[in-house]
Amino acid sequence: MSYGGGELFGDISLTLSPGSFHFLTGPSGAGKTTFLKLCYGALLPTAGHIRLFGADLRTMSRDDVALARRRIGVVHQDVQFLEHLPVADNVALPLIVSGHDRNSEAENLAELLKWVGLSHRADALPAELSGGERQRAALARAVIMSPEVILADEPTGNIDWEMSQRLLQLLVELNRMGKTIMIATHDMNLIRAAKSQVQARVLRISQRRLQTAGADL
Amino acid sequence: MTAFLAGDAQADRLVPPTGFTARLTIFAAAAMAFLTVFAMALSLATGRLADRWGDELARASTLRISAPMDQRAAQTAAALRVLETTPGVAAARALSEDEQRALLEPWFGPDLPVASLPIPQLIEVIEDDAGYDAAGLRLRLAAEVPGAVLDDHTRWRRPLITAADRLRLLGWLSIGLIGAATAAMITMAAQAALAANAQVIAVLRLVGARDAYIAGAFVRRFTLRALSGAALGTVLGMLAVLLLPSAQAEAGFLTGLGFQGWHWVWPLVIPILGAAVAYAATWQAAHRTLKELS
Repeated sequence: MSYGGGELFGDISLTLSPGSFHFLTGPSGAGKTTFLKLCYGALLPTAGHIRLFGADLRTMSRDDVALARRRIGVVHQDVQFLEHLPVADNVALPLIVSGHDRNSEAENLAELLKWVGLSHRADALPAELSGGERQRAALARAVIMSPEVILADEPTGNIDWEMSQRLLQLLVELNRMGKTIMIATHDMNLIRAAKSQVQARVLRISQRRLQTAGADL
Repeated sequence: MTAFLAGDAQADRLVPPTGFTARLTIFAAAAMAFLTVFAMALSLATGRLADRWGDELARASTLRISAPMDQRAAQTAAALRVLETTPGVAAARALSEDEQRALLEPWFGPDLPVASLPIPQLIEVIEDDAGYDAAGLRLRLAAEVPGAVLDDHTRWRRPLITAADRLRLLGWLSIGLIGAATAAMITMAAQAALAANAQVIAVLRLVGARDAYIAGAFVRRFTLRALSGAALGTVLGMLAVLLLPSAQAEAGFLTGLGFQGWHWVWPLVIPILGAAVAYAATWQAAHRTLKELS
């Protein structure tokens, strides 16, 4: 896999088994974000194969990728919302674009907003949210379709420790519900905190290789 | 189609509203529709003109008797006798004094004493479907009616019909150009809207929206704008054509500009065409833009 001229990864082979919990770590610029982008089909590998739910990314049409993304919830480091729509609509966005009637899902939406602690902010515009609130809104948007996989890129990058704990708690709960989780982070404290609650594996990108870090950290 | 027009209120909200560019698109569509109405009126009017000239003049010719006053009546009678026995002539009729006076009135004013002036007698000749042999008729007339000159109108009819046909062609060409210019403008407007909403599109792609869904939100918006703008321009254009001075008996070509009878239905096609052009242009632009995104 190369990107922007230089080779980023070589000899990486990984299969995420359903219900697993992975951390992806490594120095800044090692390619954590790129790796996640490969995982949800935003980038194509220059060599090798990526399979989403068993289908080769190379042979998938743009519509296939769109449909696969409905089964993958993504939380970005710099979350992007539709800034002209209130938080509730932004969280419900995956439902809207996949043709669900937003109103028939109103109860689910309210419950989800309550779960991430944003019930009182439902009518606010994204620009009015704090960093932590944005991250939680992004998580809510990522899970509203009840996806099988959740990919989070530095979900705790801009928020304080207490909020990080809370976000991690939400992700652990999702994992217990059977979701496959992959979190890219360089926050070792977060990884330690998670290890006490869930069977998590740590993958480390270093020198263009993906290594499995020791079970103990 | 109705589902497309009714739209998806949820989808429409996903693209932020844009007041100014929306008005520009509507204005451009309205202006183009207004121009199209006139181009269409021109084409239809020249078409009518060419048909009329072609039809009426092709079936009629004129025989002019230029003879001294005392021989005029005799030569006219002789000419009529020749014409009656000519195969292909359906009817021949000498114009009355009143008719001749009416023909000359625009030049000499009313109350012209036609009878006392050495004005040639005109005979109107109407052909039947087969037509007559002009050369043969000229020969017979030359022998029997020395003062007769046959004018079968082809000499000046052909260039007029050619001119009218050209004009009609130019009118249709103008409509085509206006349509192409509309497509170009809508494409630019759509591309600007797509570029301005790059972030919106990226977010929609990320949460699993298919290209058709994203493109549809833009296509519907521009199609409806073009439809409403073109409808407005068409109505204004039709009103303007309606207010043109109506064609009068002595009027020339210009006052005949307009729609007649069922031709009034034609301009109603313009908004539909405008919407179709906008639909195709936006669809193209959206798919081009989307292909470049992951």
